[in-house]
This record gives sequence, structure tokens and C-alpha cells, in this order.
Amino acid sequence: MIELTDIHKAFNEGQPNEYWALRGIDLNIAAGQVTALSGPSGSGKTTLLTLLGCLSRPTRGRVRLKAQDVSGLPERFLTDIRRQTFGFVFQQFNLIRGLSALDNVMLPAYPLGLPHRELRDKAEAQLAALDLGHRRDARVEWLSGGEQQRVAIARALINSPEVVIADEPTANLDTALSKQFMTILERLLDEGRTVLLTSHDPLVVESAVVATVVRLRDGKLVEAQMLFQPAIIALLLASLLSAWRCLPPQPLSPRN
Amino acid sequence: MKLWIAKQRYLADFTLASLARRKTKNLGLLLVFSLLVFVLASVMLFTSALRHEATQVLASSPEVILQRMVAGRHDLIPPGYIERIGRIRGVQKTAGRLWGYYYDPVVKANYTFLGLTEDAPASGRIKVGNGLARYRGVQAGNVLSFRSYSGKLFSFTVDAVLPADSELISADLVLLAEADFRAFFDYPAAHWTDITLSVANPQEVRTVAQKLANALPDSRPILRDEVLRTYQSIFDWREGIVLALLSAAILAFAILAWDKASGLSAEEKREIGILKAIGWETGDVIRMKLWEGLLISLTAFLAGYIAAYVHVFHFSAALFEPVLKGWAVLYPRFTLAPVIDGLQIATLFFFTVLPYAVAVLVPIWRASVTDPDAVMRA
Ligand SMILES: Nc1ncnc2c1ncn2[C@@H]1O[C@H](COP(=O)(O)OP(=O)(O)OP(=O)(O)O)[C@@H](O)[C@H]1O
Ligand SMILES: [Mg+2]
Repeated sequence: MIELTDIHKAFNEGQPNEYWALRGIDLNIAAGQVTALSGPSGSGKTTLLTLLGCLSRPTRGRVRLKAQDVSGLPERFLTDIRRQTFGFVFQQFNLIRGLSALDNVMLPAYPLGLPHRELRDKAEAQLAALDLGHRRDARVEWLSGGEQQRVAIARALINSPEVVIADEPTANLDTALSKQFMTILERLLDEGRTVLLTSHDPLVVESAVVATVVRLRDGKLVEAQMLFQPAIIALLLASLLSAWRCLPPQPLSPRN
Repeated sequence: MKLWIAKQRYLADFTLASLARRKTKNLGLLLVFSLLVFVLASVMLFTSALRHEATQVLASSPEVILQRMVAGRHDLIPPGYIERIGRIRGVQKTAGRLWGYYYDPVVKANYTFLGLTEDAPASGRIKVGNGLARYRGVQAGNVLSFRSYSGKLFSFTVDAVLPADSELISADLVLLAEADFRAFFDYPAAHWTDITLSVANPQEVRTVAQKLANALPDSRPILRDEVLRTYQSIFDWREGIVLALLSAAILAFAILAWDKASGLSAEEKREIGILKAIGWETGDVIRMKLWEGLLISLTAFLAGYIAAYVHVFHFSAALFEPVLKGWAVLYPRFTLAPVIDGLQIATLFFFTVLPYAVAVLVPIWRASVTDPDAVMRA
């Protein structure tokens, strides 16, 4: 679904504090499953996620979304793509303070100009599905962390995106709430959505819901070393084979 | 089209919600903005109404006034002058005037006494200006006494108080009969303070003035047009001073607005980032903020202008009187006829709403074209 080829991302390029956060990433994100990005702090997970979600553009390399090259598109088109394809759940939730939960959920749909009634119904349904129907008129800053996250998830889903992107979704949650989040993930999968998330949390990374874990270190894929795996296996096989050859030949029992 | 309208409605809704969310900041801004418009509009309305008034009053004054000068000082017109002037070609109508100043120690103010030959009050009766009536606390029917310069006490019955609409000129006026005037001031018989005359052909006013100066070398003709110009320049000058002071105020406001607006609060920047990340276009964000700025500046403009209108035309510019009408001893409390000038409104609009809109838009535009990935690192 999303294909990255030789992605490099530099911050402050050409300046003394130039920093290459990603250095040559090739990655294929499969549709309809949960992919987790994991790795130590500063390894480039968030940076990679922003590239996958068309929030930023690579310094070098190509991003293809459903076989369309989006890495060269101007910001105006990226906005369109973001609105149609992606829903974001940010680590700090990034809800707009002072607005009600319902208003926050409706926000991404404003530029679409849907009839107000229809949009309201949709938003209320999203909140209800996340057990938040009773809190819809509360200002978001009065909600608990878990409630805020569910509002953020409802907001991410309001435009029915194919891909849901979540940065450290469980970092601010306790174990119980993290488990609840995993249940929500399952629901998203059932609805046929693709989910991309970053996490250090073993609860997430080792969960059965997560189909693929992409490991990052210093802006590179750890799997890149796994490319040598066939060679290692071949070597192993070869040594096994030679070891087997070195074994003393066993006398074959005569056929009768 | 319907979609476009629905979209604008959502933007407007959100705009109103954001305005309400930052109530204190926006109210403060609104207040400062309205105040600025109020002061500026007051000055503009006031001076233009005043100028209008003065022009109006002078329009009904004589075209030429002739004074006699002795040793560079204004002196009395001796007998015979009026007749000599009447013989000059082009002069249509001549009349002698009697007027003088009287210092009233009771209220420590100067009055202008005007002795009338036509439509004069009966002997022993006077008409007084509004300001004088107010200060001395008299009304029609009361008796007012003045001690003349020669020491004699004169008592007059007040016939009427002059109407308020001409108060700018008549506030300190005392109208009385010619004979009473001469008696009160011990004014020499057949002498006049000055002479008014009208000219048949307005084009010839200057030629006639020249002829007058030649025929009566000790006289000085004062032309209405010149008085008008002097008035204009006085008003312009006063207005200029006030406007110079105010431009400093505008500058301060501009800096404040710029600071307020360009120092987009971290909160606002974050919000712009969020909106962009969740699929708002840069244009949507800018439109929304534009609505916000326009709403504030238009409301402030209207509020300020209306307040200024009420201040100037219903409260007689009470806050400005000391500055702008400083030449009168008795501050006239008069009601100006409302004069509204479209060009003036446009000018004011141009210098307040527009700079604000720009001051607001530039930083928003800068914030909204940045990459939205910053929102991931709040
Ligand atoms: N805007 C930026 N300017 C400069 N450097 C940046 C910027 N954003 C990220 N970086 C750097 O890029 C590197 C990767 O950052 P990133 O946020 O992707 O890491 P991460 O894997 O998400 O880390 P964490 O687990 O702590 O969230 C970090 O070293 C970070 O300091
Ligand atoms: Mg991160």
C-alpha cells in the first residue's frame, strides 16, 4: 500500500546543525494490517511516521501511495491526500482546547462541507462506538487521558480513512487503558483499515494484533542486516553439509 | 456552490468558537482598537463639523469690513467716512457697526457688546449669548447689571437668550440698541467701530478693496474670503497638531497589534499545526484567521465610529473642548450639525482596519505554510 524507496530525511539541511534522521529506508507497508515501528529513542520512528502519513516530504527517495508517487507533490495536494487517506492519533492527542469533544471530532470534516446534521450524526456515532457518547459535550481539557485519546481516535476516524496513524499511542496510558487501545486496534482491523504505529511498549509490539514490526536504529532498518540472512542460512547449510560429508560413511545394509 | 457555503459556515462557526475561547485577549484587542478609532474619528468629525460651521457662519457675514488704523492700531471711524465710501464705484451697501469688549469681573470673562441699528432690542433691553446666560445664571425677563468703564451702573432687562445653534460665535455676545451702546461705553456720537459693505460683483471685491485703500489711506479693508482662509488654516493647524499627536498613538497601536498578532501564541501555532495535520488546507486556515481579524477590526471600527459620532454630535465633543476650542473665553456648549464625510470614513478605515488585517495575516500565513509535521513533536 505504501512503498518507500531509499528514503533519506535531513533536518536543517545545509546548516551546521544538519542532522540526518533517516538514512536509506526501503519499506513496504501492507494494507489491512497493523505495522509497528519500534526502536530506541531518537532512532527516527516519528520522522518515518510523518513521511508515511504525508505530513512531511523526504529529502531524498520516493514515497509511493497506492502506486502513486507522492514525494514530489506540493503541500496543497498532500493536504488532500492526508484528509482522504489518513487519520492521525498524536502522542499528545493534540485536541483543540476549549472545544467540546464533539467539535473536536468534527473538525477534520469541516473543509468537506458536509451537511451539518449528517456530520454531527457521524461524529456522535464515532464517540458512541468508543464509549464516549456521554462525554460528547465536555470540553476536552476536562477529559481524562484515556478519554482524550479516544476522542483523538474518533477524530482520526471521522473521515473514514483507509490508514490510521498513531505515534506512541500507549505512552500516556496505563496498562488497562493500553489493553483497551489494543481492542480498538482489533476493531479497526475488522473494519479493514491499515494501522501504522510507533511504540516501545512490549504490550503493543508483541501483541498478536501487530502483524509486522519494523525495527529502526540510527535512522536505518534493523531488518537491513537481516538481508544477509539468506547468506547466513546458506553458510549454515553449507557447513552442515560438509559436516555431514565428514561423517564416516555408514555401511549400507545389503539389499535382500 | 452549496458545498462552498456549507464550508464557509463551518469556518465561520469555528472562527466564532475560537474568538470566544480567547475572550480576554480578543476583548482587550477590541477595546484598544475601538478606543483608537473613537479618538481618531472624534477628531475628524469634530474638526470637519467645526469647519463646516465656521464656513456657514462666515457665508452670512459681510463681504468687506473696513477698519480705520491709527499708528497701526484699530481706531474709530470718524463721521463722513460712510458717505465717502458710498460714492466709490462697485460698492453696493454700506453700514456702520458698533461693537466693543467688556470685561465682567463677576465671572472674569470678556463679553462682546454689539450695538444694533436694525432689529435692535428696545432701549434698556438686551439679548445675550447662551454662554453668558449660563455663567451669569440669567434667563429672559431677568435684569442684568454691568458697571461701565466710566463707573456708572447700567441695568438691562434680558429680552431673550440667543439660540444655541449659533453658539460658537454668539456665546459671549450682548446685543443692545445703538443709543444704549453709545451711552454705556461713552462712545462719541457719529463715530463707528468699523464699516461693512457689500460689493455688487463678487469678482470685483479685490478691485474695490484697492480703491478703498486708495481713497482712504488710513483704512484697512478685511475681505471675507481672507478671513475664511485664515479660519481654515487655524482649523487645519489645530487639527494638524492633534493628528500629529494621534499618529504617535496609531504607531503605538500598530506596534501593539503587530506584536499581539505576530507573536502568535504557542497555543495558536499549535492549533494551526493540528488543523493542517488533520486535513485543513493552508487556505482554510488563513480564511478562518482572516474572518477572525475582520470580525475584530470591523466591530472595533463600527463601535469606535459610532461612539465618536455620539461623542461629537450629542455630547458636543466634551473631551476635546479644552484643546480644540481654546480661543473662546466662555467655552461654548453647542451642538454641531452632524456632518459625515465618506472620504473621511474611507481614510480612517484605510489606516486602521487595513494595517490590522495585514499585521494579523502575515504571521498566520507564515505559520500555516510550515510543514505540519511539527505537530508531532509538541
Ligand atoms: N525538526 C527537527 N530538527 C532537528 N532535528 C530533529 C527534528 N525532528 C527530529 N529531529 C531529530 O531526528 C532524530 C529522530 O527523531 P524522531 O522523533 O524521529 O525519533 P523517535 O524515534 O521518534 O524518538 P522517540 O522514541 O524519542 O520519540 C532525533 O535525533 C531528533 O533529535
Ligand atoms: Mg517519537
